[in-house]
Amino acid sequence: MIFSLFGTFFLIGLFTFGGGYAMLPLIQKEVVVSHQWLTMTEFIDVVGIAEITPGPIAINTATFVGYKMAGVLGSAAATLGVVLPSLIVIVLIAAVFVKVRDNPYVEAAFSGMRPAVAALIASAAINILPSSVVDVKGAAIAVASFALLRFTKVSPILLLLLSGVLGALIY
Amino acid sequence: MWKLFATFFKVGATTFGGGHAMVPIIHREVVDAHGWLTNEEMVDIIAIAEITPGPVAVNTATFVGYKKAGVVGSVVATAGVVLPSFLVILAIVSFFLKVENSPVVAAIFKGMRPTILALVAWAAARIAKVTVKDGFTVAVCGAALLLVLVVKLHPIGVIALSALAGLVRSMLTRKGEGEAQ
Repeated sequence: MIFSLFGTFFLIGLFTFGGGYAMLPLIQKEVVVSHQWLTMTEFIDVVGIAEITPGPIAINTATFVGYKMAGVLGSAAATLGVVLPSLIVIVLIAAVFVKVRDNPYVEAAFSGMRPAVAALIASAAINILPSSVVDVKGAAIAVASFALLRFTKVSPILLLLLSGVLGALIY
Repeated sequence: MWKLFATFFKVGATTFGGGHAMVPIIHREVVDAHGWLTNEEMVDIIAIAEITPGPVAVNTATFVGYKKAGVVGSVVATAGVVLPSFLVILAIVSFFLKVENSPVVAAIFKGMRPTILALVAWAAARIAKVTVKDGFTVAVCGAALLLVLVVKLHPIGVIALSALAGLVRSMLTRKGEGEAQ
């Protein structure tokens, strides 16, 4: 299990490009679908907790899943796994002075990857839809939240906490 | 070395939400508060941190740590920025796993989940707005959606294919320009 946690999150860390949210579809596929370490609903909750706690959402999710599966050792393995690939890559780049900035091949690859990442994150949203919106009240909360995020500068954390309070009241 | 760790520990402990929020704080600490790097160097690092795998905040820490103190520095800085959230999550998670089935907690999360959905959807929309703007990117985005949702291709496969698509396209357009000359 420890090794599996480390290996899985190493893979996830290795292929996360374009920001922390890009890790979500990968975690969804590996942790929920392939290994079934979390249910889709638990995955959603973990994302929520990771959002309101300090630190990058991607790391927090790894820590959480690791703990759930194998206690402190598991959380250490998962967190180490997800952090290691970027550590290695960056040290290699910096040490060998590989020119990655303004490198035409890198630019070209990213021109393809960026829209794909948008699609992947959208797919993660689509996948969690059935488990996150279960009734009309939920739909209303989702739409209102999206509108607030889109059109105001509301803090996501505040929004999450408010919706939690709302949930306690209406459910 | 200790200052490196402590600075990044502070950043890691006080930044909530998305990792991108951490970047300007790191910038402020590294350039303004400690003068470890110049503004230009920091901008360069952030640009590279965006394109290397992993969360941008962690990558930035790793890179700054390396510039400051080699491999050991990169490990120390990375550990510093990751440790606070690691510890906090550990503290929360066992409690959460115990109470997650209590009716109040269940209700709270039932209210939170639609908002979480909205957050993820909004993240997708934000990125799409910036990255999907011409025929090629629309095609890649659409193809990626189809591949991951309908074909159920692994996201890693989708990422690899999209990188390839970008490379092929750039080769074709450059070839076209070459022939036109």
